[in-house]
Amino acid sequence: MPETIRDLSTEQMVINMGPSHPVTHGTVKFLATLDGENIVDLKVDIGYLHRGFEKMCESGTWQQVIPYTDRLNYVSPLINNVGYALAVEKLIGIEVTERCKYIRVIASELARIADHLTNVAAGAMEVGAMTAFLYFVEARELVWDLIEALCGARVTANYVRIGGVKNDLPDDFAKRTHEVFKRCHELWADVDKLLTHNRIFIDRLRDVAPMTGEEAIALGFTGPCLRATGVPYDVRKAHPYLVYDRLDFEVPIGETGDNFDKYLVRMEELKQSMRIVEQALNRIPSGPVNLDMPKYRWQSKDDIYNRADSLIFHFKTVIDGIKPPVGEVYLAVEGGNGELGFYLVSDGSGKPYKCRVRPPCFPLTAAMPRMMKGRLIADIVPTFDMINMIGGECDR
Amino acid sequence: MFADMIESVAKILFIFTVNLGFFAPILGWVERKQSALMQDRIGANRADVGGFTIIGLFHPISDAIKVIMKEDFIPAGAEKLLHTLAPAISLIPAIITFAVVPFGGQYELFGHHVNLVIADLDVGILYVFAFSGLATYGVVLAGWASRNNWSLIGGLRASAQMLSYEVAMGLTVIGVMMVYGTLKLTEIGAMQESLFHWGVFLQPLGFILFFTCAVAENKRAPFDMPEAESELVAGYFTEYSSFKFVMFWMGEFLEIVTIAGLVTTLFFGAWHIPFVSDSALVSFFHFAGPNGAAVLAMLVNITTFFVKVCFFIWLQMTIRWTLPRFRYDQVMKLCWKMILPLSLVNILITGLVLLNG
Repeated sequence: MPETIRDLSTEQMVINMGPSHPVTHGTVKFLATLDGENIVDLKVDIGYLHRGFEKMCESGTWQQVIPYTDRLNYVSPLINNVGYALAVEKLIGIEVTERCKYIRVIASELARIADHLTNVAAGAMEVGAMTAFLYFVEARELVWDLIEALCGARVTANYVRIGGVKNDLPDDFAKRTHEVFKRCHELWADVDKLLTHNRIFIDRLRDVAPMTGEEAIALGFTGPCLRATGVPYDVRKAHPYLVYDRLDFEVPIGETGDNFDKYLVRMEELKQSMRIVEQALNRIPSGPVNLDMPKYRWQSKDDIYNRADSLIFHFKTVIDGIKPPVGEVYLAVEGGNGELGFYLVSDGSGKPYKCRVRPPCFPLTAAMPRMMKGRLIADIVPTFDMINMIGGECDR
Repeated sequence: MFADMIESVAKILFIFTVNLGFFAPILGWVERKQSALMQDRIGANRADVGGFTIIGLFHPISDAIKVIMKEDFIPAGAEKLLHTLAPAISLIPAIITFAVVPFGGQYELFGHHVNLVIADLDVGILYVFAFSGLATYGVVLAGWASRNNWSLIGGLRASAQMLSYEVAMGLTVIGVMMVYGTLKLTEIGAMQESLFHWGVFLQPLGFILFFTCAVAENKRAPFDMPEAESELVAGYFTEYSSFKFVMFWMGEFLEIVTIAGLVTTLFFGAWHIPFVSDSALVSFFHFAGPNGAAVLAMLVNITTFFVKVCFFIWLQMTIRWTLPRFRYDQVMKLCWKMILPLSLVNILITGLVLLNG
């Protein structure tokens, strides 16, 4: 009898998923212990995209950090720009102009649309629905066209400045946005038809990696993944910044927190974000986009070249950097994945003493083992996609 | 005797040309163009000869050249013999299953009886099952011999999936066998001369179940668990390159053609045009004399058959690019808890109807 048991005994297989594996986009490694197809244990190994963001920030001026923030969540760089600029402005104690606030809202929401489109599309592709993926990639292209019209870059925006933005909206922006959103709504409806009522897609996502609201909060979830569990926490509503408190939009929530709820929340947020942009474009006041505070924001190039005082301020802010008062500040914005927080410490010099980022996808990635133990290896695919881990933001 | 030999060789050459020479390379192009059409893209259009691209039709040729130039890679520690043998084991059944599929009727030509099927076996459909069962070995051996964990998981998934669907597929065609009372595909085809005797009207449930099983047996999306690229990298052919990889790939495409041929023969009137009987067709061509009429009727029937085949190829491609992938356990559940009981119900109902009618 013992011999038979020894003959029948099976071994568990340890398998390396990543860092270069189709599902581990964003460069992460899963060390999965498998019993057949079942996951007995899963270890997440992050850090493959660590570039020392926080340390780099300490060696540049406050303004020079903004291009670095583009590389945090590189799917929605404009939100990172906005978050960082708001944090520095809070540290200094200034508030940007009304028009600038609206422009920042528009930029943030366009970035959020691009982020959610990418996420839902990639999720569809990874469970095999390539066609839905390409429909949303088309929509994302169009949104990127808008972002390009706004700031000249498609991915690494580097658009927001401390005390303003790089430039005003282009002339026909409202018209173009309207056209793009019309097409986006069509594509949204196509993908909705292809996926939301697709039995195979529902079966793949439903009841995979469910989570209660309490547990999600305990794990540090924010953003769409937390809202999918039924907790209506959205930084834009809970701690309104810019002009979000004046705009009419809804925060969609789910019930079970499983992958399908996360998908539905993101799909609805796409629509809400488009609503926000349309409202903002309708209500945007005219006026300057930059603060008239030469100590913190350059004046126009005209002034810099022709006026001695402007030239001096320009020189000082570029060479020495702007100098926020000594102190520390934490400010969070609603990023594509959740609460994107900046904790800044100033020692009164032109460079940040500390620039710490709270990446929304770090706690989400950390919860992978909790969500995956006892499930099938195929469940890693939609789960990992729906937490939307972005290597640049998670590893920094 | 000599005429028989010529006939056999001609038929084999014809099917080889159509399947290996036309369908196998062209389906790669069709797949790319069809997916492009569905996804608002242009698709393959860059390969050109002297500036002419003819809608990307040179791509199969350039693909073939590229593939032959690639390094034939065998991973260290792999079972060399089995690793090399596996692609052949999965390709050969795909080529030879078409032998029993009739691509036309029977004709009198210069006093010689022509039967447009390579092998008119009594066991007919069972031959198809036997050889598609053999194809499982190719996949399992590929997964096992590669010495790669992903390949192994892919191979195991493939074996379980293909064996399960083999069972279900066998049961789904029993209804057809009961209705027509024969296993010979030529006879099944001949009995579908009238539109109302087409298998799809006599066995609608059988058709849906058979088609599902056939797509699953071929391991194409939504049933592509063994190669699920987002989970298993490329499944059982992760460690294959060069022509060995193409052999798997060609095997898959040839199976698409075979499935389309089988569905056409079993359920969609084989080589018959709706509302046109064989005799009506021959008498329509009476102006060409008896031999000429037979040749023309033969050509029309062959064309009809392959038009239907092309339609089912198109259908399989559309499904491939529309639906997401199942999960492994869901595929098994679908097979054992849905298709199997339903096919048993189908057999029961067919039996009851036959008994009373």
